[in-house]
Amino acid sequence: MSDQSSKPVVPKRIQAVQMNGIVKRFPGVLAVDHVDFELNSGEVHALLGENGAGKSTLMKILYGLYNLDDGEIVINGNPTSMRSPNHAIQAGIGMIHQHFMLVPSLTVAENIALGMRSSRGMLLDLDVVSARIRELSELYGLEVQPEAPIWQLAVGEQQRVEILRALYREASLLILDEPTAVLTPQEVDDLFRILGQMRDDGHSLVFISHKLHEVLAISNRITVLRDGRLVDTIPADTATKQLLAQMMVGREVVMRYEHAARESGESRLKLDSVSALSNRGDLGLRQVTLDVRAGEIVGVAGVSGNGQHELAQVIAGLRPSAEGKVWLEGQDVTSSSPAKLNTLGLSHIPEERMLDGIVKDFSVAENLVLQDFARKPYAWGMFLRFGMIARKCKQYIREYEIKTPSHETPTKSLSGGNIQKLVLARELSRQPRVLIAAQPTRGVDIGATEYIHHRLLEARDSGTAILLISEDLDEILALADRIVVMYEGQIVGEVSREDADVGTLGLMMAGATVAKAPNISENVIK
Amino acid sequence: MLSDILTASVIASAIRLATPYIFAGMGETFGQRSGVLNLGVDGIMLLGAFAAYYAVLETGSLLFGVMAALATGMLMGLVMAFVSVTLQAEQGISGIGLYLFGLGLSDMLYQRLVGTPVHVDGFPRVDIPVLTDLPVLGEIFFNHNFLVYVAFASVPLSAFVLTRTTFGLKIRAVGQNPEAADAMGVNVARIRYFTVIIGGAFSGIAGASLSIALVNFFQGNLTAGKGFIAVALVYFGAWRPYWVMAGTLLFSTVDALQLQIKTLENALNLDIPNELAVMAPYVVTLVALIFASKGVEKPTALTKPFERGE
Ligand SMILES: Nc1ncnc2c1ncn2[C@@H]1O[C@H](COP(=O)(O)OP(=O)(O)OP(=O)(O)O)[C@@H](O)[C@H]1O
Ligand SMILES: [Mg+2]
Repeated sequence: MSDQSSKPVVPKRIQAVQMNGIVKRFPGVLAVDHVDFELNSGEVHALLGENGAGKSTLMKILYGLYNLDDGEIVINGNPTSMRSPNHAIQAGIGMIHQHFMLVPSLTVAENIALGMRSSRGMLLDLDVVSARIRELSELYGLEVQPEAPIWQLAVGEQQRVEILRALYREASLLILDEPTAVLTPQEVDDLFRILGQMRDDGHSLVFISHKLHEVLAISNRITVLRDGRLVDTIPADTATKQLLAQMMVGREVVMRYEHAARESGESRLKLDSVSALSNRGDLGLRQVTLDVRAGEIVGVAGVSGNGQHELAQVIAGLRPSAEGKVWLEGQDVTSSSPAKLNTLGLSHIPEERMLDGIVKDFSVAENLVLQDFARKPYAWGMFLRFGMIARKCKQYIREYEIKTPSHETPTKSLSGGNIQKLVLARELSRQPRVLIAAQPTRGVDIGATEYIHHRLLEARDSGTAILLISEDLDEILALADRIVVMYEGQIVGEVSREDADVGTLGLMMAGATVAKAPNISENVIK
Repeated sequence: MLSDILTASVIASAIRLATPYIFAGMGETFGQRSGVLNLGVDGIMLLGAFAAYYAVLETGSLLFGVMAALATGMLMGLVMAFVSVTLQAEQGISGIGLYLFGLGLSDMLYQRLVGTPVHVDGFPRVDIPVLTDLPVLGEIFFNHNFLVYVAFASVPLSAFVLTRTTFGLKIRAVGQNPEAADAMGVNVARIRYFTVIIGGAFSGIAGASLSIALVNFFQGNLTAGKGFIAVALVYFGAWRPYWVMAGTLLFSTVDALQLQIKTLENALNLDIPNELAVMAPYVVTLVALIFASKGVEKPTALTKPFERGE
């Protein structure tokens, strides 16, 4: 069926793109400073750099979202101005943004049809769109339900929708801004397979990532930016991780930590057969029993969408529990408000930082004191102490190396990784009793990841009980004292640090029954 | 006993009374779905009402009346769009400004150009062969002026445009996530201009449905706040044309009932204070719609101006 009816997307339009001497200024920042970038059809060109290096900005210029201050864009030999995304779309450019550009209340098909010409003139042709989506998803092995509304989808699925949308629009140049940050290892493999297929079909691809092994695996050429300037463009086969890290950070990065064995203390966070509904209305979290003690990091491993999200939200008071009890230091806090949990010493680094972590339109300083502004030392009775707030914020900005023109800058103009650092600075500096860290280093550059990992271990050593939820197995293996694996809303196994290995964990994450895994403590599976 | 109260004539008058709200509500639904709250509806209605009235007074042509109302409404919509979309002014405040402008200007024009109350020949009842003569049903449904039918026809039409057309899809996207719509090549400002101007046209005709169909005269503040009620009905109707219509009908039915308060008192053997009766439509509609709109998502970008990254 797929030989005649479903034609693969074979773009011919963009053969070569040159961006010459691109300059972009924002108030207080020179975000991109005379950068040259080049891309040919049939190539994957990776863009690397620390948080705030200017990667997203450079690509948003190519996509017409920002106007350049200087420089030129040349497509197939013709200088072209990209004044709006519409121009870029007409020219055959697609972009998958770091923060997805989907309308949550609309369906997959509606999101893909949005802004497209309909085959029925003014009337929507959603059935035609859906049929073509099905064709494309079969062709590229991208599984989606055209009728499903976006808000019901897990991030991995949402990304598939974004890719399908680019394919649907027959974009011949596709920019992927940190597409793997939210994906599981399996999903990354799938994505790379699709990207490979697209490259072979003649697409040109820009790939942005902080994960060096991915960049080495997929790209033909690699360009490194630092502080808005071009460091160099090199062929991928001459690159190594060390070299790239050196180019990005300007120093060597060691991802190995002191992880001293430590007696864990009293129980700080306890879950007793907790269940909760997911957004879709089914039981996303089923009978989870868990105990996190002072001075230990419990890692929660699992493929995204297996209940980790619900787990974090139930503990943080953002989602009601359907049954079961949550105890914080011996106190029943089941379904307590986030404000109450806050005062009891619970900190939460949410997975959806743009949604649950910050107020986009607030300044950096306002976001840094978001929970504690009404308490000492930021307030004096009902008055805010702006001097103190400013001083503290400047200290956090320095300590956590948050790249921002000032503490008064609106938070939404920070780069993705720097927003994450801001949330971390806020939550860790409160010296919480219990910390829920969901994907704490997602989208964070390697230098900062190293720093955050050190901070988490420090917090552990000073007695904080930490629940670390991460899809990055390396991160879990590096930090956790105990690892639990979640599958379909349940904890299917527990492994201690010494016994953990990638193989067994991977199997458990894929839902292999626990009978094989030798290290399940009895209190988990009864 | 219910039939004593809900007589055919009460229902028919409820349907008639609903007309201006339905027009204004449909228009406001478009604007709000795209993220623009226009609180100036009542002002636009007043200007539309006067324009229609004056055109009919001068020319005797109902068609001119309707055209004048439409043109006035669209012009006012354009002003609102310019202030709220291009200048990105605070929508609530600019809407109130628009209302006060319409209130003052319509009254002034009336004093200057007309001065003394004169009735005009408005839209007559339409006689539909056979249907109008049906017992009960004929009186309720087929005994109205032309604009009443247009108003009710605009409901499915609006629902159709919003859910079934590419334009409607853009409206919904722009109201929920303008950044995403923009990144997909949708011109956010243009869509909002369209919806606010369409809203203005609806408000204008809503005014006309009063001055040249329902009451057939004009006076200062003829609408008496009906535009604000329409805005509230859109909120409580959860931005869906049919729900907005249902809320409006509930409102106008209770309104029609309280106008017949004496009959009601006799039927129920009660003594109802007049103030309570006047409040009744508001209270009943409010309560009903609060329950009906539970759990519905509002356009998340409502009242938020959109500006690209820098
Ligand atoms: N809309 C904006 N307004 C003001 N400043 C901005 C805006 N967008 C980006 N910047 C600034 O430009 C610089 C580069 O940001 P950019 O988002 O391009 O970084 P990035 O390399 O993509 O980083 P990350 O890896 O964290 O996503 C940062 O200092 C950021 O604060
Ligand atoms: Mg970025």
